[in-house]
Amino acid sequence: MSEAVRLSYDVSADDFTHAGEASGAIKRTLKKLGIDMEIVRRVSIAVYEGEINMVIHANGGVIEAAISPTCIEIWLKDKGPGIKDIELAMQEGYSTARDHIRALGFGAGMGLPNIKKYTDEMKIDTEIGVGTTVYMKVNFT
Amino acid sequence: MTVNELKEALGAKLLAGEGGLDNIVECGYCGDLLSWVMGRAGENSAWVTVMGNVNAVAVAVLADISCIVLAENSVLDDDAKIKADEHDIPVIQTDIPQFELCVDIDKLIK
Repeated sequence: MSEAVRLSYDVSADDFTHAGEASGAIKRTLKKLGIDMEIVRRVSIAVYEGEINMVIHANGGVIEAAISPTCIEIWLKDKGPGIKDIELAMQEGYSTARDHIRALGFGAGMGLPNIKKYTDEMKIDTEIGVGTTVYMKVNFT
Repeated sequence: MTVNELKEALGAKLLAGEGGLDNIVECGYCGDLLSWVMGRAGENSAWVTVMGNVNAVAVAVLADISCIVLAENSVLDDDAKIKADEHDIPVIQTDIPQFELCVDIDKLIK
């Protein structure tokens, strides 16, 4: 694997049935590449959290990933409303999800904290009314 | 123990994901908030929940959970059944209440 493998997936707004397909596809790709299973698990969880956030809060968006011999980098890009208070959003248990979302089992306020927990690097760029890009990186060694 | 052995020991009913019955169960977790489960359930867990929707199956797939154990006869949705079959995630169902079910599973896997 000398060059980075690049992947891109569309995420639809409010589509809870297909949520998890992008994270599932990234998981399968990493498994095929022979990446350590614990690392594959961490990436899968982090990407699924990001994917669900895009479905719930951001009218969908695009997930891009680049896999190099040493790491995977992922960009979750949306054109949603933006995050008003990142510090608050990063707090475990804080959620703005509405009741019908909570009834599905989401809205625990663990999405962004889980991404931070399972990645080696995480960065959020957000602008109110413009959108949000969540960047994450997981090292393979 | 395998999921099949757990199912037999609990007298539970298999609702979906037959292809994963040989999955190994090493630990357990209980909860209905999906992100909470994703962040804390161990690999190869038996996951006790009442959440039988398609997103619960997605969580089990991504977090390498061995099986979903639906407590108190909670229901598995049709699209969740399809996804569980597709990904070989066994979903077993029992009428045992969540707390007692966790105690039972804990005794069985230790």
